[in-house]
Amino acid sequence: MTNHWIDLKNSDAIFIIGCNPAENHPISFKWIEEAMDKGAKLIVVDPRYTRSASKADIYAQIRPGTDIAFLGGMINYALQNNLIHEEYVREYTNAPFIISEKYDFKDGMFCSFDDQEKTYDLKSLAYELGPDGKPRRDNSMKDPRCVLQLMKKHFSRYDVDKVCSITGTKKEDYLKVAQAFCGTGRADKAGTLLYAMGITQSTHGTQNVRATAMLQTLLGNIGIAGGGVNALRGESNVQGSTDYGLLFHLLPGYLKSPEFDNVDLKSYIDKWTPQTKDGRSANWWGNTPKYITSLLKAWYGDNATQANDFCYSYLPKRMGSYAYNKIMDKMLAGGLEGLVCMGMNPAVGGPDSGNARSALSKLKWLVTVDLWETETSIFWKRPGVNPRDIQTEVFMLPAASSVEKEGSISNSGRWAQWRYKAVEPVGHSMSDLWIIDQFFKRVRNLYTKEKGAFPEPITKLAWNYGNGHEPDVHLVAKEINGYFTKDTTIVDKDKTLEFKKGDQVPMFKYLQADGSTTSGCWVYSGSYTKEGNQMARRDQSDPTGLGLFPKWSWCWPVNRRIIYNRASVNTAGEPFNPKRALIAWDGLEKKWKGDVPDGPWPPMKDDKEGKYPFIMLPEGHARLYALDLKDGPFPEHYEPMESPSRNQLSKTQNNPVVKLPKNVSSDTVKFPFIGTTYRMTEHWQTGGMTRSVPWLVELVPDMFVEISESLAKQKGFRKGDRVKVTTERGTIEAVVLITSRLKPFNVEGKMIEQVGMPWHFGYAGTAKGDSANMLTPSVGCANTSIPEFKAFLCNIEKGGSKA
Amino acid sequence: MGMSRRQFLQGGALAAAGVAISGKPGEASVDSPVTRIKGLKASTTICPFCAVGCGLLVHTKNGKVINIEGDPQHPINQGALCSKGSSLFQVAVNEKRLQKVMYRAPGSDKFEEKSWDWALDKIALRMKETRDKTFKVSELNKKDNKEYVVNRTEGMAFFGGAGLDNEECYLWSKFSRAMGVGQLEHQARL
Repeated sequence: MTNHWIDLKNSDAIFIIGCNPAENHPISFKWIEEAMDKGAKLIVVDPRYTRSASKADIYAQIRPGTDIAFLGGMINYALQNNLIHEEYVREYTNAPFIISEKYDFKDGMFCSFDDQEKTYDLKSLAYELGPDGKPRRDNSMKDPRCVLQLMKKHFSRYDVDKVCSITGTKKEDYLKVAQAFCGTGRADKAGTLLYAMGITQSTHGTQNVRATAMLQTLLGNIGIAGGGVNALRGESNVQGSTDYGLLFHLLPGYLKSPEFDNVDLKSYIDKWTPQTKDGRSANWWGNTPKYITSLLKAWYGDNATQANDFCYSYLPKRMGSYAYNKIMDKMLAGGLEGLVCMGMNPAVGGPDSGNARSALSKLKWLVTVDLWETETSIFWKRPGVNPRDIQTEVFMLPAASSVEKEGSISNSGRWAQWRYKAVEPVGHSMSDLWIIDQFFKRVRNLYTKEKGAFPEPITKLAWNYGNGHEPDVHLVAKEINGYFTKDTTIVDKDKTLEFKKGDQVPMFKYLQADGSTTSGCWVYSGSYTKEGNQMARRDQSDPTGLGLFPKWSWCWPVNRRIIYNRASVNTAGEPFNPKRALIAWDGLEKKWKGDVPDGPWPPMKDDKEGKYPFIMLPEGHARLYALDLKDGPFPEHYEPMESPSRNQLSKTQNNPVVKLPKNVSSDTVKFPFIGTTYRMTEHWQTGGMTRSVPWLVELVPDMFVEISESLAKQKGFRKGDRVKVTTERGTIEAVVLITSRLKPFNVEGKMIEQVGMPWHFGYAGTAKGDSANMLTPSVGCANTSIPEFKAFLCNIEKGGSKA
Repeated sequence: MGMSRRQFLQGGALAAAGVAISGKPGEASVDSPVTRIKGLKASTTICPFCAVGCGLLVHTKNGKVINIEGDPQHPINQGALCSKGSSLFQVAVNEKRLQKVMYRAPGSDKFEEKSWDWALDKIALRMKETRDKTFKVSELNKKDNKEYVVNRTEGMAFFGGAGLDNEECYLWSKFSRAMGVGQLEHQARL
């Protein structure tokens, strides 16, 4: 989230698309309702009439996988009706930037597409640079090659009738949504946009997210109280696990994991440190050398020196993608010996679970660490297989629960909150911290005693967390924050600061590229300082009245509660909306007041020191036009890989940069219905944490499949019948639930029915049921590989083995 | 402890006073906030389910969890919880929780109980065997037909964990990369 949960109360319009907070983030609704009590409008766009929709002022139905058409139409509506926040757009976005004359777009495709490689040549889609090396701009935003004009042209095709024909939305509902939300494109109004997996789980998921961000940027809704683009993250610490780089392409703090041709630290830094010729751009990633060096110092301690490139050669280098679906393909092909799952359950949680389960049986060894038996830990005795045929060795390790250990987790609003150990772990279970520590120490022992492949990355790793039974979690947290490795003097403007060797770094501003500082994750630098553990703070004061609670826990970066907040003021530093002033420049004291600003510099109007507000981009301006996405600079509507419709907007049916896998089919005779998966309040993710909890099992004891009253009538189903759902990947059985929450979609005059399913079930635990992911396709987003769980084709019939 | 016992009791006393004024269950009632938690230790925690980050109070006695409820001082949830958060007590106190290290031999149809020592030694050995056998020092890049040093363990993948604490995620990340594991992924990709 750019903003945070409590900030929802500051909104005038809340736009929910691709998420269902009333059911999946229930307590957030406290703050949505608080905004509504003050007159805010709630808008919900969803394929189903969810519990969030039941509270909405405006509900609009949307066919799964057509979000870009829906949002593109709203972008068009805002542009055509001049509802954009013009000053914001002109000053803070790349709308005035001039694009290369090579730019072209025809029939669903951008220019310079390589049909063999399925890639665009992004150089042809770049900014046009002036003689000073800066992007050329036209502040009147009238040049036909400026971003605003290109965008107007691109989205002019998304007129309301065309959009509604694609999305299946009723025109009057669509217009109500567009009017209500685009009405926040004024300085005195704030609109927030909430999304989750309904937006990301798509073959064009990144472009879906971009469409939400572009709309919010045009309306001037980013960086302000009550605004933002807010991804509602699903797991208690999925924010933290992402921050700490548990993904193939990342290191902690969103540093890139090295690629094969980053042959040494210098070439890594050259590749990943963006440059700007514009002195008014803060270009924060220009600090990459400081952050990667401090990370290497945290990992290799005194062994990391300038002379040995700070042990950079010890890091593995990637070539190609090791995204989840690629790993599972490799496993299925017999290319992996071992797998360790720390609280992850690939037998249920990933797409095409049938193949995932077969893949597990190709492993030589498997380690699972969890609170309960999961489908993954007992895959070798799942229904329909003979354990004797499966040669995988399985170690099932019992993990401590959250109240049996100490440490921090980061919520969706980036608040890192500290948890305490209330009791000892049950039975022989142990904290994950202890288990990881044991893995490391025992492997290190082996490499110290015996020969082996390149042992240094392990034997030289700095691992100093005390002499207790388990690592001292406070020492780990302090290493993450970072410390000085020698006595250091830093001159910061008019102040001279002295630090001693071993002092905690106060914040990431002081991290260095010469090895004099460490930090295990630069974005968390400042979380555990000389003043103590900031994440454990419980001060309930709220000086701005905006619900920032600046002394409750700690939030990254540098306790800034709303990021990009320099965009909430005009170039003179005055709040666009004085009634909800997030930050303001005090000209007398020459400092910002309110939230922690996005950098200390004076307002942009200050010719010498002022900086642009979007500090994470080298050009300092929000990108209405993207430069580095695989599927092009503007979102464009394509159909999901399995779709009942042709693409009504162009001849390009699917995202052209995504390769179609074999077991995907758009045969609407065999599979006439749209399938979609979702979550519910009473269960959670793969169900490992809820399907053995008696209170929750009593509430929702079994898997079900939800259909409309019209489909039930057509098929002759009655409530509670056993039904079979089939896709190109597999078949599941469940009880049918007939509701008025689901309605068919109008696709070019033909009514297409949908089949909805929760994905929480499996064959382990107390409450068992078939897994919806047996049905879902293993094809993902062009940029992130997140699978298309939300839109596929299926059939449904009465019967099944248990009928 | 996130709050001292004294601070907590002050909170409880205030809540109880509020109840008394409103005419709802009095202090002597078994339902009154003070009576219900009398003699129990309290500590704060954050819900392990979704990422709203609601606060809870964990009440314990003699090393056992007796009660878990919403933390009224927490600014996000102000004491409220959803059905999952309200069930955290049954995560902590649950007879189906794994309590022992279990091992399943190749081709076997059952788990057998093992000690941590035994299992961890075996796991460390498996990790080393796989790393040594599948370690790729260099790899050919087909685009320029050149060999590059990659120092990667090819035969092993690590999955998880959005359910781990930050400090655990950090050590998991550090350990994975030191092991040469490029195939490190978790729930954020799904």
